[in-house]
Amino acid sequence: MPAELIRILIGLVAVAVSVGLIGLVMVWVERKVAGHVQRRPGPYEVGPYGLLQPLADALKLVGKQLFMPDNADPILFWLAPVLSFLPVLLLFLPLPLGDGLFTLDVNLGLLLILAFSGLAVLSLLLGGWASNNKYGLLGAARAVAQSVAYEIPLLLSVLAVAFVSGSLDLATVVKEQGTWPWNWNIMTQPLAFLIYIVSALGETNRAPFDLPEAESELTAGFHTEYSGMGFGLFFLAEYANMVVVCSVATVLFLGGWHGPVLPGPVWFVLKVSLLMLLLVFFRWTYPRVRFDQLLNINWKWLMPLAVANLMLTAFFVKLAQYAVVKM
Amino acid sequence: MNAIKEAFKTVSDLWSLMVGLKVTGKYFLEPQRTVRYPWKAVANLDTFKGHLELVGGVKDIFTPRCISCGMCALACPSNCITVVKRKAPKPTPEEEKALAEAKAKGEKPKDKTPKDPERFLYDYSLCSLCGTCMENCPVGALRFSKNVYMAGYSRNDFQFDLVLKLRESEAHAPKAEPAAPAAETSEA
Repeated sequence: MPAELIRILIGLVAVAVSVGLIGLVMVWVERKVAGHVQRRPGPYEVGPYGLLQPLADALKLVGKQLFMPDNADPILFWLAPVLSFLPVLLLFLPLPLGDGLFTLDVNLGLLLILAFSGLAVLSLLLGGWASNNKYGLLGAARAVAQSVAYEIPLLLSVLAVAFVSGSLDLATVVKEQGTWPWNWNIMTQPLAFLIYIVSALGETNRAPFDLPEAESELTAGFHTEYSGMGFGLFFLAEYANMVVVCSVATVLFLGGWHGPVLPGPVWFVLKVSLLMLLLVFFRWTYPRVRFDQLLNINWKWLMPLAVANLMLTAFFVKLAQYAVVKM
Repeated sequence: MNAIKEAFKTVSDLWSLMVGLKVTGKYFLEPQRTVRYPWKAVANLDTFKGHLELVGGVKDIFTPRCISCGMCALACPSNCITVVKRKAPKPTPEEEKALAEAKAKGEKPKDKTPKDPERFLYDYSLCSLCGTCMENCPVGALRFSKNVYMAGYSRNDFQFDLVLKLRESEAHAPKAEPAAPAAETSEA
């Protein structure tokens, strides 16, 4: 068996395990933060500090009967949750946790992540459409309009960093950055970082941009009709997508595994966790935007800013190249 | 010009996002307000308006102060109160004799009927806790209880005889302090 295949196999198992664990931990963190922000204790009954609560919830989800509404499309209905979860596993493969610590060595890692994260929208669309439910359909329509719109500034902000680093390989992008925070890309590309975070919120359907599942308007949007693990897979995929988005932000803007004193992977996990915590705080701080506001933010602000940022970056990168040639 | 001004305002308004994060961050670090109920109970039950209860008399705190006038039942907008008066006790032969004598003299016979009600039926499932009965009571024999923890399985569980309830509280009340304290009701 070739070494590369073994590496991918080990990586896939590690990713699958860690996605499950991340899902459990993130549910706990989310509920604890929500509780403390509202001055409640959050879950505290099951296990120490309520740590086993997500496990109990997961067991309950697994044990529940899987329902399908009348006249729903059986193939598409069950395909959607699987389709939302499976590409997520792939997204983890090119992420470099440390120097040389990644599963799949692709020199277009960034492109791979951006391409496969686009599949998430398709699964939301299928789930909402196949449910034969008006709320599901509305949620799906919103998901598509939102994700298509927010993918553009996301790509443009990522591209600005790729221009600076001259590479789409995640490991190379990290290696271009230094140990200390002032050597990271966020110092040269602060606007791109802001645009990236905002459009990442839109891409992952997190509050304040959680319109596809807006529970007060659409009951649960695209996953209204899903019970048990059908819903569980959507849920897990959302958290896994969050981790991917935060990891990419860490790699592109926050120096990846670079950091003083502590070893690389620890720094990487630390930075990702802090970003995740920030996203959780966003969710419990900001109210949901209206749909016209959502699209206005994107088309009137993020898009022009991202384009301007990209053009300025291209200009300065070219200028720097000429300067190097002249010297 | 106006468009540029608006754009600048939008950007400067972004500061409110930081303010929001500051508020939630502050609350996140402050102590919780939740009291973990089965292990701890809240202490401020004084303002709680529970179901109606009868106030005990001055001498005997387990017989109601009520004089069975029925003003409460008359005033109640939900018709959830029924006061059943006591019947006059059957006079003994000597009393009957005295009564006949008094009648012969032209005196008005003294009413020996006890004033406190035989039964005070109260349907909590109908009561809207408006307090009109308390306002109309001439002797102040009604009040709201502090019983927060009452629960029942059926509608019938909320139809009380308040006289009986007052008498039952004798069994639960500790000997030293007759008025049922909050701690005692919390266990009920």
